[in-house]
Amino acid sequence: MTLLKPTVARVLGWTTLVALIVLALFGLWGAPADAVQSDAQRLMYLHVPAAWIAYLAFGVTAIASGLWLWPRTRSPVWDRMAGASAELGVMFTGLTLLMGSLWGRPVWGVWWAWDARLVTTAVLFFLYLGYLALRRVPGTAEGRAKRCAIAALIAFVDVPIVHFSVTWWRTLHQEATVFDPELKAHIHGVMAFTLWFGVFAFTLLFVYLLDRRYHLECLQEGLEDRELEQAIKDRVRGSVSPPKVEAKVEATVEAGAER
Amino acid sequence: MNLAQEASLVAGKDLRIEARSRVTLQQVLPFGLIVLLLFAFALDPDRGVLRDVAPGLFWVTVLLAALLAISRSFAIEAANGARDGLRMSGLDPAAIFLGKAAAVAVELAALEALLTVGVIVLFDVSLGAIGPLLLATVLATVGVAATGTLYGVLAASSGARETLVPVLLLPVVSPVLLGATRAWEAAIDGASSDAWPWIGVLAVFAVLYTSIGTLAFGPLLEEA
Repeated sequence: MTLLKPTVARVLGWTTLVALIVLALFGLWGAPADAVQSDAQRLMYLHVPAAWIAYLAFGVTAIASGLWLWPRTRSPVWDRMAGASAELGVMFTGLTLLMGSLWGRPVWGVWWAWDARLVTTAVLFFLYLGYLALRRVPGTAEGRAKRCAIAALIAFVDVPIVHFSVTWWRTLHQEATVFDPELKAHIHGVMAFTLWFGVFAFTLLFVYLLDRRYHLECLQEGLEDRELEQAIKDRVRGSVSPPKVEAKVEATVEAGAER
Repeated sequence: MNLAQEASLVAGKDLRIEARSRVTLQQVLPFGLIVLLLFAFALDPDRGVLRDVAPGLFWVTVLLAALLAISRSFAIEAANGARDGLRMSGLDPAAIFLGKAAAVAVELAALEALLTVGVIVLFDVSLGAIGPLLLATVLATVGVAATGTLYGVLAASSGARETLVPVLLLPVVSPVLLGATRAWEAAIDGASSDAWPWIGVLAVFAVLYTSIGTLAFGPLLEEA
């Protein structure tokens, strides 16, 4: 049980690796240094794609959770996918914050600024960290999936509220540059290419990792089932004959009652 | 019975338990006051720092106490199989949600009244525009009680409630802390026009999570 066929996954894995190497070459040497920020700006080729993947991952989690909750499309596939995607989302959000911090030190002069988008991202990180904690709580597969799907949607609904309230609170971050239609951003051709290629390479990476994580989840579920079966088998083999077990239970119950 | 009657039944039950067991009175309310004192120890009380940051300290204290109130709200259902009783009572799950959230909101309101006296006396705060202040407080309390009850049942259904509720709830209610604190600051400064946008945020939050709660509580209670 995997999302992609094994051969497709393998090809995708190699393609991702090549794309990341190409991205590294372009990011480090291909693209010219920024006029103002010099080499520190090169972190953007990782920071922006990582942020994009984080949003994509949380979007996938929300959609998958919604599909699980919708009775007609309910299937364990969506639960696994929601969990796998949220894990990737938290990881990429963490990376985004980390790289943003590394970039902020030379450019802004501080590791951290109380700026709207930074704070929103940090809250996002903790929102889904809580979701992952909830996912680790054991329970029946159905019950756990239901809890997690509802929790994912509760968290997702909160994102715009957090975003707007934090934006009102303070704004210092660079406005969205590439997507701003008024500005018609002029980024140097190679720089723009590297940025977009970074987004492309990270999207491949996301799909590949999602498939792998999904596969791992299937294996884990299979392992749990197999361990349970084995335990039952051992139990049956260990007891000489079933009636004796019953007699033992009765004796224990009687002993308990006497106490 | 209609929804409101059923909800008031559940709220009445929870509040009666609190009135008789006095856990909220003897543990949650003093906790809030202790936190206020600790803030005074942590920040220098002589230079007016406390007065400036009082709204933020007030709402952080309310959130911390809300964690206790929520964990208490579901602890009383854990004993004697009360949750099974609730589930099989035939009450509308939406009504159970509204009732439990209302009980938490009433407890928080009592705490907030006490803490308000606390910040006036200890932090030397003078309340400015009472209207926006009161409205912001009511809406924030409803928002926290609704999300708290929702996460309370979510955690109760998983059996790891003490540690899970804070990590789930606090990030979600961060806009409430932000909105309520800014609204209080504006109201205390007498600039009530600055408070209204934040009151809007608090209202959206309260309405949104109360509706989600009424929808989602039933399926979650089934699992609990």
